[in-house]
Amino acid sequence: MNRTTLDLWVGFFVALGIAALIFLATKVGSYSDISGSHTTYSVKAYFKNIGGLKPRAPVKSAGVVVGRVGRIRLNKQDYTAYVRLDIDSDYAFPTDTSAAILTSGLLGEQYVGLVPGADDETLKKDDIIKITQDAVVLENLIGQFMFNKAAETPTPAPAPAH
Amino acid sequence: MNVLLKILRTMGAATVNGVWRLGFAARFFLAVLRYSGQSFLRLPLTIRELFFSGVLSLLIILVSGLFVGLVLGLQGYDILQRFGSSDALGIMVALSLLRELGPVIAAILFASRAGSAITAEIGLMKTTEQLEAMDMMAVNPLARVVAPRFWGGVISMPLLAAMFSAMGIFGGWLIGVVVIGVDDGAFWSQMRAAVRFEHDVLNGIIKSFVFGVTVSWIAVFEGYDCHPTAEGVSRAITRTVVYSALAILALDFVLTSFMFRGI
Repeated sequence: MNRTTLDLWVGFFVALGIAALIFLATKVGSYSDISGSHTTYSVKAYFKNIGGLKPRAPVKSAGVVVGRVGRIRLNKQDYTAYVRLDIDSDYAFPTDTSAAILTSGLLGEQYVGLVPGADDETLKKDDIIKITQDAVVLENLIGQFMFNKAAETPTPAPAPAH
Repeated sequence: MNVLLKILRTMGAATVNGVWRLGFAARFFLAVLRYSGQSFLRLPLTIRELFFSGVLSLLIILVSGLFVGLVLGLQGYDILQRFGSSDALGIMVALSLLRELGPVIAAILFASRAGSAITAEIGLMKTTEQLEAMDMMAVNPLARVVAPRFWGGVISMPLLAAMFSAMGIFGGWLIGVVVIGVDDGAFWSQMRAAVRFEHDVLNGIIKSFVFGVTVSWIAVFEGYDCHPTAEGVSRAITRTVVYSALAILALDFVLTSFMFRGI
């Protein structure tokens, strides 16, 4: 086979292999942003506990995906979790919308559920969602349950009065 | 008594032969490494072998990778949706491909596609006394014939394994997201959250490199060591494929037990 053709094919082969490695390293292996096809506006929400919520988790309203979780940070002033929600510009939500961290399925991933309110005004860029509901932490739930159970146990009946 | 002695003698001969061959293979490996300087000084030799073992294996590797990914997508979804966690499909597909299936299946395919061809070529060269002729002309056949083929295999194996994994993940995405309808963002975000480059991707590359050295070594050795007859060459090719597959699977277990112990 011709020398230049050979070199060309081998160069193509090596380039393809390196492209595959880069794909594995960036797209599969670590975080990188692939969104950008939709225009979004971001709103803020503060939670006391976000459980296992991760960046790029879906934001759903009535079960429909309307956006993605953008950024998660700890608020330094009051130690709450700051969550930025990137919502599709097609959807407008009332200002008294509430956000809750929910879990899809028993072992599924966590997402943010939005329940729209009744206000006439809609959320704009950098607005804050005031009504939030934290993620359910299983240990706290069990602890509460046990505490309630213990409180329910009937105290030994007092001796009958004569 | 005589029968017993004969059995013992046969066993002893087989053991001595086996050890002798293993020692010869090890010395052959060292000799190949020693004379491989020329295969990098005269790069066209190695590039030619890269073409024959790497570029010509592209089709089988890419198509097999795609189908393995498609099957992983279907089977993974079938099991994961029972636990309501079909969003984790991306993790399952990516981790099983990067850690195990990519390096192992790509190496077995490489052994049957390129390893057998290397053995046949070198074996036939030996049968037609081309290697001796080279020696007579003061051209070292190890440096001129064996080392470029060895390095061609070693270089192309990790690249092929990476392409196999990438193609498989694409296949899993095709079935999971496009056909079945798993959420696209959850597929990629969960995958990215779970796959660590230095743990999963890098260990897969190390595995495929080790497999590349093993397969190329077995292929060139069996070709160089074959009986110079038609039957001898065909047996050597069979041995290349069988030994390569066994060595890959056994080495994979050893490497996995070092790399992924869950601690």
